[in-house]
Amino acid sequence: MATLELNGLRKRFGDTQVLRQIDLSLTDGEMLVIVGASGCGKSTLLRLVAGLETPTAGTVRLDGRDITQLDPSARDIAMVFQNYALYPHFSVFDNMAYGLRIRGLSKAAIQARVDAAAAMLGLGDLLTRKPRQLSGGQRQRVAMGRAIVREPKLFLFDEPLSNLDAKLRVQMRAEIRRLQRRLGITSLYVTHDQVEAMTLGDRLLVMHEGRPAQLATPMEVFEQPADTYVASFIGAPAMNFLPAILTEHGAAARLDAGPTIRFTDGPRAGPEGMALTLGIRPEHLTVGDPQLRVQVDLIEPLGSETLIHGHLPTAGAPPMVIKVAGRAPASEAIAVGIQAEHLHVFNRETGMRKAPGA
Amino acid sequence: MNRKPDYLTHAVLALGVVLFALPVWLVLAGSTQESEAITRGDLSLIPHLSGLPRYWQVLTEGTRGAEPVWHMLAISSAMALCIALGKITISILSAYAVVFFRFPLRKLAFWSIFVTLMLPVEVRIIPTYSVMAQFGLINTFTGLWVPLIASATATLLFRQVFVAIPDELVEAARMDGAGPLRFLRDIVIPVSGANIAALFVILFVYGWNQYLWPLLVATDPSLDTIVIGLVKMIGIDSDTDWAAVMATAVMALLPPVAVVVLMQRWFVAGLTEGEK
Ligand SMILES: Nc1ncnc2c1ncn2[C@@H]1O[C@H](COP(=O)(O)OP(=O)(O)O)[C@@H](O)[C@H]1O
Ligand SMILES: [Mg+2]
Repeated sequence: MATLELNGLRKRFGDTQVLRQIDLSLTDGEMLVIVGASGCGKSTLLRLVAGLETPTAGTVRLDGRDITQLDPSARDIAMVFQNYALYPHFSVFDNMAYGLRIRGLSKAAIQARVDAAAAMLGLGDLLTRKPRQLSGGQRQRVAMGRAIVREPKLFLFDEPLSNLDAKLRVQMRAEIRRLQRRLGITSLYVTHDQVEAMTLGDRLLVMHEGRPAQLATPMEVFEQPADTYVASFIGAPAMNFLPAILTEHGAAARLDAGPTIRFTDGPRAGPEGMALTLGIRPEHLTVGDPQLRVQVDLIEPLGSETLIHGHLPTAGAPPMVIKVAGRAPASEAIAVGIQAEHLHVFNRETGMRKAPGA
Repeated sequence: MNRKPDYLTHAVLALGVVLFALPVWLVLAGSTQESEAITRGDLSLIPHLSGLPRYWQVLTEGTRGAEPVWHMLAISSAMALCIALGKITISILSAYAVVFFRFPLRKLAFWSIFVTLMLPVEVRIIPTYSVMAQFGLINTFTGLWVPLIASATATLLFRQVFVAIPDELVEAARMDGAGPLRFLRDIVIPVSGANIAALFVILFVYGWNQYLWPLLVATDPSLDTIVIGLVKMIGIDSDTDWAAVMATAVMALLPPVAVVVLMQRWFVAGLTEGEK
């Protein structure tokens, strides 16, 4: 039973403002994923919660108690590090038991907890090994085990899967999710991997330059990105952006490239001719519809689908990516249509999403 | 790799071995022969088995004007051990402070240690002697090693070792609740084990070979180290018992060699099985 509340958290290192303003609240048992480009302050945020750094301003509350000034060991929080941070000279058992010994648990209690965690993680046969005798995936499990045996109020994960190969990552991703659900421990999970961001969390926080750009469920973030940064960051290949202006009293947008597209979800407020950015995901472009002509630069067959990289014929037009099922037509230019029901409308000045009526 | 034996390389190597080993062999051979033969220049390259009992005699009784060799070996061993362990203890603690703690004037502390690199024992020997005299440590065993245990070199070396310990490991230990002393004992020292062993060897040999300081601080023959003893045995007059000197020299070689051999196995193992 633990809730986490961050209020007005800021962190400055010398002259660089790394975290500008973070307000966040996690309900009991929730898994919140924080995603953002490298260097946007994700690790710093986790380290503030863990107590490894002190915030410049703001408070951290765990279960209603203000823990902002507490030492990491007094916070009842466990962390899984990116490079595992296992003690190289300890056996797997000792790695897991170390924190419990320091907390003065009895030998029997330690044994019971480590055995339970090891069984849960499939580490039963490896307890006497040293970390260097383990594979990457096994080390990762030991790092998880070390967090689990503590039975903390809060788990922190800092890109725990980024050092694993792709196949193992998929496997461990599912395992982390299963374990977290089963143990019901409130968790903060940091990643820069989109798939982890989409699949792991109950909610997703997209961070951009030390600020929260959007906080919502993963599907909401995907379907209604709050701004162009979130829109380009979530989803692969990234969303295409086309410059346009508002027309027909807010009922449609005219692309700089020519065609006018009517909004299917209602008119947008704003003066005629207002500068917009239209977003459309690569999978929401239809080949064969003569709305736009796209010059093809490169074709990437991925097996079940194909990516077509191209650009509009106007000078200086941004690159476009189109995702089609099966094979792509082999030609230098293709006709491409926009599926209007999947259109995202952004204010070009601010980059913010323009919802119908707004 | 070139499979063909490279004769020139081998010849150079062999020459090197002879150059280093021959003097030691001469001492070994000489220690079993008559002193008169050595003085005459009739030193044979073949050791004489009949001379072996001299070792026992020198070891237990010593020669004219010197303590028994066993006693000097004991003093030297104890002194070298104290110096090596003292240097390691002090430099681990100071490097630990400099690397893992943020305190005012940390940089200044570090640079002050660094600067003392330029002040070897010989330079500060008079003030050191005066301090030791004020503490009443002249002609004591403590006086023999205490002034030698501060080591900027070892501190810098440990600083490099500690700086290489990943931040995440430090943080993991903090989250596990390890305080500073526990972290030092449970993580830092075991992780640096191979380096400590290597340094111990170097410092033990350094301590063993000390000459100037023991000569000054301890005039009492019962505190003579083996190095001092050897010099005393050679003396200034012509009737030096060269065979006894050589036997003593051979025995003076053994403890450092033993330390090197024993510890080398240990720290090489530590280096090869350790992670980076
Ligand atoms: N201890 C520190 N001192 C100075 N700058 C730091 C420190 N820790 C992190 N930073 C800076 O803060 C920014 C965010 O870092 P970090 O939180 O590690 O990003 P992320 O985990 O999102 O990649 C980076 O620009 C980094 O250089
Ligand atoms: Mg990071």
